[in-house]
Amino acid sequence: MTVNMTKGQAISLQKNDGGSLTAVRMGLGWQAAPRRGLFGTRTREVDLDASAVLFADKQPVDVVFFRHLVSDDGSVKHTGDNLVGGVGQGGDDEAILVDLARVPVHIDQIVFTVNSFTGQTFQEVQNAFCRLVDEANGDELARYTLAGGGAYTAQIMAKVHRTGPGWTMTALGTPANGRTFQDLMPAILPHL
Amino acid sequence: MTAELVRGQNHPLSQARLEIRIAAGTPVVAGATLGDEHGTVHGAEWVVHPGAPTLPGLEVSRQAAADHRLAVDLGAMPEAVHRVHVLLALPSAGGPVRFGAVDAPFVAVTGLDGTELAGYTITGLDAESAVVALELYRRQGAWKVRAVGQGYAGGLTELLTDQGLPQAHQLANTIHEAVAQGLARAVTPPARTADGDRARQTATPAPGPEQGASATQGASGAVPPQPLSPYGTQPPGTPPQPTTPNGSPASGTSQPASPYGAQGAPAAGGPPPGHTQVPADGSAAQPAAPTAGGPIDYSHPRRQNAAPPPPPPVAPPVQPGQPARPVAGDATGWSMDERLYNQVWGMFEDLARSTAAYRSAVDFADSRMEKELDAALADPRNRIGGQGDAAREAARAKYAQLVEQARAAYDRDLGQLTAESEVVEPALPLAYARWDNPVWHGYRVPFEAPMAVRMGDLHLPECPELRIPMLIRLPLERGLWIDSGAAGSLDGSFLDSHELHGLAMDTAVALAARLLAVHPAGDYTLHVIDPAGSGAQALAPLVWTGVLAAPPAVGAAGVGDVLARLTERVDLVQMAVRGGAADSLPPGLDTSEQLLIVNDFPHGFDDRAVTQLRYLADEGPSVGVHLMMVADREEASAYGPLLDPLWRSLMRLTPVPDDHLADPWVGHAWTYEPALVPPGSQVVQQVLNQVAEARTKYT
Repeated sequence: MTVNMTKGQAISLQKNDGGSLTAVRMGLGWQAAPRRGLFGTRTREVDLDASAVLFADKQPVDVVFFRHLVSDDGSVKHTGDNLVGGVGQGGDDEAILVDLARVPVHIDQIVFTVNSFTGQTFQEVQNAFCRLVDEANGDELARYTLAGGGAYTAQIMAKVHRTGPGWTMTALGTPANGRTFQDLMPAILPHL
Repeated sequence: MTAELVRGQNHPLSQARLEIRIAAGTPVVAGATLGDEHGTVHGAEWVVHPGAPTLPGLEVSRQAAADHRLAVDLGAMPEAVHRVHVLLALPSAGGPVRFGAVDAPFVAVTGLDGTELAGYTITGLDAESAVVALELYRRQGAWKVRAVGQGYAGGLTELLTDQGLPQAHQLANTIHEAVAQGLARAVTPPARTADGDRARQTATPAPGPEQGASATQGASGAVPPQPLSPYGTQPPGTPPQPTTPNGSPASGTSQPASPYGAQGAPAAGGPPPGHTQVPADGSAAQPAAPTAGGPIDYSHPRRQNAAPPPPPPVAPPVQPGQPARPVAGDATGWSMDERLYNQVWGMFEDLARSTAAYRSAVDFADSRMEKELDAALADPRNRIGGQGDAAREAARAKYAQLVEQARAAYDRDLGQLTAESEVVEPALPLAYARWDNPVWHGYRVPFEAPMAVRMGDLHLPECPELRIPMLIRLPLERGLWIDSGAAGSLDGSFLDSHELHGLAMDTAVALAARLLAVHPAGDYTLHVIDPAGSGAQALAPLVWTGVLAAPPAVGAAGVGDVLARLTERVDLVQMAVRGGAADSLPPGLDTSEQLLIVNDFPHGFDDRAVTQLRYLADEGPSVGVHLMMVADREEASAYGPLLDPLWRSLMRLTPVPDDHLADPWVGHAWTYEPALVPPGSQVVQQVLNQVAEARTKYT
């Protein structure tokens, strides 16, 4: 069962049967929006990048993005840069895998962001979504649609943070502008 | 003695264990039907075909192929079986549709040693697309073979109907389907060698390097009934080729003869010498996922494993809540060698990352405590009363708690890795094993170069007892530099330069001996330059056992001579490779890999020799000429920055523990310790004696 999340909504990542999740995948998928005009069918390639920033008490400790695909501790892995998005629909174009059990003890929040590396705003992107999947069984836990994207180039999608012994995911959906995650740092900090 | 049969003729069979060899000009399907004393085939389960390739006493190939070997053990046939019909059919998918359009197929019955007992050329076929080639039959307790040659224009369906099978049509379809799947997996068979299809070459015991190249095709004849192609892909899950190390077929078992079954059999299409290169890019070859009938062939063009990888060892069932018990060799790979290599590198990465997590947590705890202590100090309210102390206490407690948590997680990981190391270390093959591993006492000269070699051990200060084998891919991509100038070891004991140099030479000799020992006889040649003779004592094991190509070169003349020869070799091979004319090398050229140990550099080197040495370091590795320098950089300081590129291009190893190596993931500084022979151990001498003995055998 998929929960369609709305901005600011939090869901606990405890499993229904009481066990806690061990590995989750943050998937990002998108398509370039066709532009209207003389050559109406021509699409321009859109390169969205998913990143994850690991925080320890509001201090960024490590970051996983297309130039650093695995966090030093090995708990967060990026599956690789996709420069053009999905030609079809539905699948994840970029994904970040988080092995929650292996996240170092001092890391208490992981923030997921999406940036438009090629500079298009989300108005020019279609069917963009971000979703959280339980890696153990492939169930989609939550989906956040970038529907009605505005004239901005980045979005702080969600964060997973420790609550007691387990983890909770909170949808953020805050628009921002920036090319890579570094540009987003000021926008991320209020959400920690 | 060979009987050349004509149609209808029979011949007695004196042996029960036979091979039936089929050679056709085009891929054909081979199968057999079993009949009772009246010749009745009692159902589809009495038919061996690519979809059901084994029955007691009989095994056929799963694929259509131009050449087949069917293994037959008449002694293992059920009592009820009195007739075995060997049949051939053209595959339904593509290719010729009638035997009249292709060369007459040849069928031979041979003994296990390859001697041909009876042969039969099936002539006179035209529109037929299936044929009963031979009949093996029981006559008064003895088996005979008869040449049949009965063709069927209606193909397999008609043939099977004629054998009295009610479900003939269905079975024929099954067979063709199985073959179509097999075809999709198969790659085009290589061109047949002139004689390769007729007379099977006798299994050569341990082909030497010279034979290895030419006999690849023939030598694969030592392998029981499987496609001839050295690339022959087999469906995943079939047992590895049962071959014993000397290349003779193992008696009817499907056990690999050695734990490294896929590699241990030199005869099974071993790559020719000079091309025994594992992928040099350092990335482990990923095993292809088994695809059902996909047209892509995933076999590596230079890794000619005829057999699929033996199934990885299975971890015992895990108690819920307990961490899985580690198993040696449960990483991915096509051979045990490769699995263990990947497993060791996996442990290396895990330790690097786990340590990164721990260090990061401790750093964070540190900086947080600092901050909180500063804050406590800065707060004016804390200056009176015990509030300040309480705040400081709280900060320290938070620190301790976090570090404790981090340590607990780290200790859990270390426990896992230690347990894994304990099972992996004893399971390592020669090239990866420490010198004190018992595997070295059972040393035999290997038939194939390993994919990597152990240079020493790596560890981190947090867990000095957990040693990760440092495995480096072969052939070496860079030269080695045993730094005899590394003053002051980590443990604080200072060695004088003489002792250190002695240790460096010992390290070099241990490494060179290892490299020599893990290569097949004659595949690795060792040269030594020892201009002043100062390394004589350390080099003694190499000199006495006679494994050196020539005595250590001394003096400026000796240096110049060795360098000139190796430089010329690099030039020649490079020219040949660049010109695409690798076969035009002079016949006398030694194609083995060369390792040059240089002691006391730059003693005895003139400018020309230095230039040649740099040339060898740069260009040598790609053409199989490797450098091992035992040197103190300070002694060559007179050359100034001229030699900086040389030192940089070499992999620096130290004779004493030293933390100068970084891992590729996080960049921790790892402490390297060379793989040295335990004091007093004679293992290197014993091993080198065997190497020398094997060498004289082949030269």
